[in-house]
Amino acid sequence: MKPMMEGLETVYHRPVTLTETPMHYCPGCGHGVVHKLLMEVVDEMDVQEDTIGVAPVGCSVFAYHYMNIDMQQAAHGRASAVATGIKRMLPHKLVFSYQGDGDLAAIGTAETIHTVNRGENILIVFINNAIYGMTGGQMAPTTLLGMVTSTTPYGRESSASGYPLKMTDLVTTLPGAYYVTRQSVHTPTAVRKTKKAIRIALEHQQKHKGTCFIEVVSNCPSGWKMTPLEANAWMEKNMFPVYPIGDLKLDGKILHP
Amino acid sequence: MNTQAEVPRLMKGNEALAEAAIRAGLQGYFGYPITPQSEILEYLITELPKQGGVVLQAESEVAAINMIYGAAGAGARVMTSSSSPGISLMQEGLSYMASAQLPCLVVNVNRGGPGLGTIQPSQGDYFQATKGGGHGDYHLIVLAPASVQEMADFVFEAFRLAEKYRNPAMILADGALGQMMEKVILPPAGTLPRTEKPWATTGKPNTRERNVVTSLFIQPEKMEAVNLQLQKKYRELQHEARYEADGVKDADVLVVGFGLTARIAQKAIELARANGVRVGLFRPMTLYPFPSEALAAHARKVSSVLVVELNSGQMVEDVRLAVNGKRPVYFKGRMGGVIMTPEEILEEIELVAENSHLQTAGILEEML
Repeated sequence: MKPMMEGLETVYHRPVTLTETPMHYCPGCGHGVVHKLLMEVVDEMDVQEDTIGVAPVGCSVFAYHYMNIDMQQAAHGRASAVATGIKRMLPHKLVFSYQGDGDLAAIGTAETIHTVNRGENILIVFINNAIYGMTGGQMAPTTLLGMVTSTTPYGRESSASGYPLKMTDLVTTLPGAYYVTRQSVHTPTAVRKTKKAIRIALEHQQKHKGTCFIEVVSNCPSGWKMTPLEANAWMEKNMFPVYPIGDLKLDGKILHP
Repeated sequence: MNTQAEVPRLMKGNEALAEAAIRAGLQGYFGYPITPQSEILEYLITELPKQGGVVLQAESEVAAINMIYGAAGAGARVMTSSSSPGISLMQEGLSYMASAQLPCLVVNVNRGGPGLGTIQPSQGDYFQATKGGGHGDYHLIVLAPASVQEMADFVFEAFRLAEKYRNPAMILADGALGQMMEKVILPPAGTLPRTEKPWATTGKPNTRERNVVTSLFIQPEKMEAVNLQLQKKYRELQHEARYEADGVKDADVLVVGFGLTARIAQKAIELARANGVRVGLFRPMTLYPFPSEALAAHARKVSSVLVVELNSGQMVEDVRLAVNGKRPVYFKGRMGGVIMTPEEILEEIELVAENSHLQTAGILEEML
């Protein structure tokens, strides 16, 4: 991109594969950052023509408004099955699904497990904010014990609603998973690490290594009824102990079995 | 693959359909086993990869139809197959595909229901197949084969229509057509040209805008516009309606049946004619679009209409709409996987013929 004024140098610009459409996400939400990181990597790898994305049902259902690549919008929970269909017909394209915790870890659990178990050569991006944002803040499978949501008004109790589902730990155990990591986007350092993870995953996909799975532990200021800064602090204090940040599987090897 | 297409072969309906799909240029199949149609998956997973195609045994029918969504959206010629309970699981995906206007072929080898039901033949899924099946205002294109030959031939027709109208197409067969063996002359390979799919998500080059496959139109006005476009398409589809009429010239009674039931009715009509009853057969080959106009025209030439189905009376509603009260429409059905015999239909034909005779003479009205 050209600098706006003579004598100035562009040091940062919107990825060209990110559209200029204003995002509908709430202030402080992590979705916008992850969208931007995905498109930055697509830009830097020069793979716009080779990349096909799958949007889920949930807050990020309109991901295709923002990503200037070919995309499909999937039924609730079926994004990885849709991605499988695309990838099998176009094996040399880069395919990713972008899914939230309700989509990937509740209604789409079977599709997620089996897609990874087949080692489909796709990237699954999993945004975990422990709540259903779009439908107004109901319990997600990843909701923490004791956490108040509109369907756990007295806090989540394991006796009634089970436990926070650690999908990323689960898929790590599957031989089809080649690269599994859990990251966040709430600080500049975390943002850089997540971007690096996306790059690694797409490069693995170019080499047909198997499924790459990136969980982004994120927030939901609106659903959690907090300010963005409060939400980030709450996430660090409460989410990270349950969903620890870091790599779980590198080059097909489980790091802490 | 046998490239000598002209040689008649003895094949199961399911296998003839699968081989025809390969010859129709099938690029991908995603499915899940269920009786009585598992031979389709088994045949394709053995043969299609040899032709460079993809076959995947999915973890469920739900996953299978969504793989079909992705693959069809990527521009490939794809199909799945199942039987009634599995087809129910696919309804959400079919609604999405109808809305996103994705062409594909879905084969339903209908078995008895409701519920887990039975593995025996049924036509109980007529409503589900022809009236939409999932949520929202939409239709599938529905073809109803009545022989192993048509199990093969209709695959080509289904793909042609699906791609021409950008709509999912269904072949509605039944357990008997899938399992029975008959002589079949397979259609030759390479006769169904590939269609241009400029809307497909194949990766965005600089030369065009991004392609998006979606069924989400959150603004009511946009959603209505999509609906209007679908309805326009369904109106245009009507001229693709196909049927077969047999022995109708001098007929007093018109028997209407589709698929397997039409085959059984043929025998019953033979027996009835031997007894001096003038009966003809009208067989819809497309269930959606339904050949209403042709049926109405034929119904006008007879005294009464008898509809025979392996269900509690589903197509008979479309027949009554077409006939529009101009002639009495009678119904004979068996359910739950029971196949009716020609003699049962014969008995019904003779009753209807007697009724129509009375009616013609004005006696029935007097009695009433």
